[in-house]
Amino acid sequence: MNIIEKILAKASGKQQVHPGEIVEAEISSAMIHDITGPLAVQSWKKLEEKKIWDPSRVVVIFDHYLPPPTEQAASLQKIMRDFVNDQDIQNFYDIGRGGICHQVMPEKGHVHPGEVIVGADSHTCTYGAFGAFSTGIGSTEMAAVFATGHLWFKVPRTIKIEVTGSLAPLVMSKDLILHTLGKLGVSGANYRGMEFTGQTIEDMSIAGRMTICNMCIEAGAKAGIIAPDTKTAEYLTARTSRPFHSIRSDENSEYERTIHIDASTLSPQVARPHSPDNAVPIEQMPETRIDQAFLGSCTNGRTEDLRIAARILDGKRVNDHTRLIVTPASQEVYSECLKEGLIEVFTESGAVVTNPGCGICIGIHMGVLAPGDVCISSSNRNFVGRMGSSQASIFLASPATVAASAITGKITDPRKLS
Amino acid sequence: MIVKAKAVKFGNNVDTDVILPGKYLALTEPEELKEHVMEGISPGFASKFAEGAIVVAGENFGQGSSREHAPIALKAAGVRCVVAESFARIFYRNSMNIGLPALECPGVSTRVIDGDQLSIDIERGEIKNLRTGETLRTEVIPPNLLQVLNDGGIMEHLRKKRAHR
Repeated sequence: MNIIEKILAKASGKQQVHPGEIVEAEISSAMIHDITGPLAVQSWKKLEEKKIWDPSRVVVIFDHYLPPPTEQAASLQKIMRDFVNDQDIQNFYDIGRGGICHQVMPEKGHVHPGEVIVGADSHTCTYGAFGAFSTGIGSTEMAAVFATGHLWFKVPRTIKIEVTGSLAPLVMSKDLILHTLGKLGVSGANYRGMEFTGQTIEDMSIAGRMTICNMCIEAGAKAGIIAPDTKTAEYLTARTSRPFHSIRSDENSEYERTIHIDASTLSPQVARPHSPDNAVPIEQMPETRIDQAFLGSCTNGRTEDLRIAARILDGKRVNDHTRLIVTPASQEVYSECLKEGLIEVFTESGAVVTNPGCGICIGIHMGVLAPGDVCISSSNRNFVGRMGSSQASIFLASPATVAASAITGKITDPRKLS
Repeated sequence: MIVKAKAVKFGNNVDTDVILPGKYLALTEPEELKEHVMEGISPGFASKFAEGAIVVAGENFGQGSSREHAPIALKAAGVRCVVAESFARIFYRNSMNIGLPALECPGVSTRVIDGDQLSIDIERGEIKNLRTGETLRTEVIPPNLLQVLNDGGIMEHLRKKRAHR
């Protein structure tokens, strides 16, 4: 069996599972945030039961409206605080205690290899970077998890993506996943698992692996996954006391197909409006003026991302006709950036640095795009209206490309600036 | 379960940001959400669903965000059933879980045009196009999900199961 099949077999108490089979899996952790949480609570209340199955397995994180911009948003958070108190949920990250849910989950030790994790957010697939089977579900389904502690899954067929060759300097894991999405298309992995293997992945940092798994949903995948190794163990040891099982694919495991990618041939990639799979090497981009550059999100708001951007911006100015917004993914990332002097580099360059949160990427809080605005973003989606006006255009790229473009005011290959 | 209504057609890869734009995610009431359904495509679109409608779409309907607000808004606006060549998996589960049937039907996007009257027998997996007289077959719904749908959604299904315990 491959890693996904093994995890689902273990969680459903079976020796063996096969693609297409429906299993009832035990849930190790269940995450909700301030947008999907209130609907989950609303659905849960229909059951008229007092206590959820296991409060120690539920994690509540505020990140979408941080801090709340409106009375309505504040009310959503109040609903969640009441729920947290009623249910005695200890794993609760209010404003100032956490940040973007997909960064906070592993940071605070709620992600372990070999487990089944669900989150009421589509980018829950991020935790595949730690060898967990993790997937996004809806709010009502989350209410069902609150009641029962398990959930049905159809065991997916899995696509293996084998990556070899070293990424060139200033070519990042984001470029690799944008290129992969370009090959697969937005529904190319629909209902399927995506397992990334190969030397390039083994050499990649945890942050880079999180970027890769984060965007597997952009190909429609049920889960993206990378086998855990010593880097995974090192990251987790400092953060969790829960013992975990490092499950890996068998040598002879079956895949629907295998895609080979030579990472050494990749240039920085840009996904053009209005689809994340609309990716091209940056050399093929016509001159494109930008109004806004965004560096952040659950895809690319980690210290490593901000470090490379700061290196490019150091001693330079953001273009007079462009605004750069930087959002560290979590409080921990924010603190690290402060200590390393990165925040100062951003503010000196003319960027604005916000508190951690999802608001800009999803067009609901700060940095909203006006009609006609063109934005380059390190986030994950460039759908029509995603970051504000439905008449705005969003280009997705790596943190390095975002930083270089903010300096010149047009989409720029970061290799040309250094 | 038989569903009869007129078809409202969409293309491929319709995402949930278009079905229900992010700026309305602070709303939780279906009656408020329905006002903004499909606003990303064209404002006022919701009125097309008012007399009851069947959404007919291409591949990968409902891709993107896991927001359940999207199927909730469609249902509240009058959509009785969504039929597509294929669905994004989270939308598919969300839709079934709130009692809005989501049916996979290969070929539907080419054999139904906007405004066609359709009659759908969900258990039998048959879609009758009353204009052409043609009958299309849907993919089989897994028995566990059919049960959820017949009970009106997953919470109603759980309530029923627990009452029998």
